[in-house]
Amino acid sequence: MQKHDACERPSGGRQGTRGARGGPAEERAVTLALAGQPNVGKSTVFNRLTGLSQHVGNWPGKTVEQKTGECSFQGKRIRLVDLPGTYSLTANSEEERIARDYILRERPDVVIALLNASALERNLYLVAELLLLDRPIVVGLNMVDVAEAQGITVEAEVLSAALRLPVVPLVASKNEGLSELLAVAVDLARHPDRFAPPKPSIREAHRPVLKAIEEALAGHLPEPYLPAYVATKLLEGDGELSRMVQEKAPEAWQRIHPILMAHEDAYLDIAGGRYEWIARMARAALTRPKAGIVTVTDRIDRVATHPLWGVGLLFVILAATFWLTYSIATPMVNLLDHWIAGELAPWAGELLANTPQWLSGFVTNGLIGGAGMVITFLPILLVFFALLGFLEDVGYMARMAYVMDRFMHRLGLHGKSFMPLFLGFGCNIPAVLGTRIIEDRRSRLLTLLLVPLVPCTARLSVVAFLAPVFFPRTAAWVMTALVGGNLLLLVLLGALLNRFAFKGHRGAFIMEMPLYHAPNLRTIGLFVWNNMQGFLRKAGTVIVAVSAVVWALSAYPGPGMNHSLLADFGRWLVPFGRWMGLGDWRLLVSLLTSFIAKENSVATLGVLFGAGDNRTGLGHLVAAAMTPQAALAFLAVQMTFLPCVSTVAAIQQEAGWRWAFVSILLLLALSILAGIVVFRLGGFLC
Amino acid sequence: MNVRPLTDFPSGSRGRVQRLLGGRMLSQRLAGLGLTVGAMVEVLQNYGRGPLIVSVRDTRIALGRGQADKVLVEPRDG
Repeated sequence: MQKHDACERPSGGRQGTRGARGGPAEERAVTLALAGQPNVGKSTVFNRLTGLSQHVGNWPGKTVEQKTGECSFQGKRIRLVDLPGTYSLTANSEEERIARDYILRERPDVVIALLNASALERNLYLVAELLLLDRPIVVGLNMVDVAEAQGITVEAEVLSAALRLPVVPLVASKNEGLSELLAVAVDLARHPDRFAPPKPSIREAHRPVLKAIEEALAGHLPEPYLPAYVATKLLEGDGELSRMVQEKAPEAWQRIHPILMAHEDAYLDIAGGRYEWIARMARAALTRPKAGIVTVTDRIDRVATHPLWGVGLLFVILAATFWLTYSIATPMVNLLDHWIAGELAPWAGELLANTPQWLSGFVTNGLIGGAGMVITFLPILLVFFALLGFLEDVGYMARMAYVMDRFMHRLGLHGKSFMPLFLGFGCNIPAVLGTRIIEDRRSRLLTLLLVPLVPCTARLSVVAFLAPVFFPRTAAWVMTALVGGNLLLLVLLGALLNRFAFKGHRGAFIMEMPLYHAPNLRTIGLFVWNNMQGFLRKAGTVIVAVSAVVWALSAYPGPGMNHSLLADFGRWLVPFGRWMGLGDWRLLVSLLTSFIAKENSVATLGVLFGAGDNRTGLGHLVAAAMTPQAALAFLAVQMTFLPCVSTVAAIQQEAGWRWAFVSILLLLALSILAGIVVFRLGGFLC
Repeated sequence: MNVRPLTDFPSGSRGRVQRLLGGRMLSQRLAGLGLTVGAMVEVLQNYGRGPLIVSVRDTRIALGRGQADKVLVEPRDG
């Protein structure tokens, strides 16, 4: 495990307080919750403090990512909980509910509120809400350098005096101020009694109303709810807390309900009132440039968000991403492939030569075959995620969504859906997980259903292997047509689903466009690491397990795959295969095994056509067994066939079994349809 | 008062938000990003089609046209 600068560095002035340690309360770890709006450098701070000791999982029962980590500071154990990045705590989204429920119920010792100094007033909105939750707060004023580049200065002491909260200036990307932040937070955790800042006031007009609600609630609320907090939230029209009060305090609700009905529009005033309070708090501390200065962000955005140049730039960046991914990763993939198939598998075979045949078969074909598949994909994912992490970290991703918004509207989606779909080119699993950035459920489900139509690296590798042997002279055209076909299908399916299944509903497109800034290698590295971990955990277990099962199905009763259960199933499917010109059961079995992992197709063909590891020979054997028109249909089916098991598992996790099955059936129907259409059309062409 | 939806404002124009239509959910999401009644907005980009980019409380926000239509703004100079 790595040690961390902020935790290691002794912070001189705090030594004196160490003498006070030793009581039982001092023994337990201090829990710090990290709160902040998106784009405040929260993950940079979290990564700096915890490094690789962080644990990435989900919030219990939720599909929102939870990151926790540990570090020690002055011999004290600190547990850090990264709350979801939210602009406010209104409970209109799952992230907001998680953040506020965590603070209310788990009662962390201190909440660190991270602010982006370059947008101070908007960032203080979250602080105004956090103050209602009645936990000690330390303000981390981050990105002071970015603010200065915009001509904005914030005086930390002045802000601290106004808010009566500790404020620590930070440049997290350069590791400045983090040990001070920890020192102040730990100190506050030891002396929570010293924390008594004034609460943000609401507008004069609503104070009597708020007071009446508070009085009605007093004594009726279950732990851990505070009347002042619940009253404000009810006045804001908070659905969750309204239900809570209706259930737990029905008599109070009887009195409150008419008041709320009479002040239905109060939410506008409360939001407005918070900003008035913020303006008073920030007035003395904040200096803005007199005239607007033309910043780097303005200059880049003149191109990057232009309706025409922006789209051009986007395509250049996408093309460069793919080109870099494949040109950097391919040599590594070949090396790994050579090592696993050429060295490891034979070595294991020799080692197990004297064991029963089922065991050596299981290990060399089932286990090493399956795990090897996963491992050879790592380089491609590694490079792809590194490039995406870079684009995300510098701030370009939001522009990508912006530029694509108009186009995505035709699919009933908005710009934010473009990012997960783009991730899908690397691997569909992170793409499925990536749909979490989409706020409303319908858009998210629609995006989830479309993801498997984005050809992932595995699908592409199969087609890239087969296309040149089927069509030696026109392979590049065939490939382009197939990828284009998939994307066209994606657009059509999106438009149809939107029109008929989702009734044209579309979520709101509201998105912050962060300022561009220099990339931080550490943040990118951890982005890659977290995504790879997600892939490995899912793919590693599912692929290895299922490939062992399929290996068993393909080996028994034997001898050989020709006389296996899988082969029998393939033969049974032949009449259906004929619709698409695929009358050879071996082709159908190859498709079936691609359900485990797309790249299985080629390996299965190798076994069934008796070509072993000789890939060139295999190509010619398969090509000889098919007419060109059937070959084209086979490729088209391959491109649209079922999502792989790991993707299905990811969809199940994100949206439930129902949508996982919908996805399977949808893709199955589409691939059969694509096969039939291509086969029939091919009849005219060939 | 000459109050118009934000979609009517050309790139480079400024104004003060007078009303937010579109209900509580939308208003609260906008409030989190700094866009409330009384806030000064500057339209950074409005090409007449596609989403807008506006600047409000030192934040750049991309707004779909549907959402921008619900933000009523009174023009101001400077």
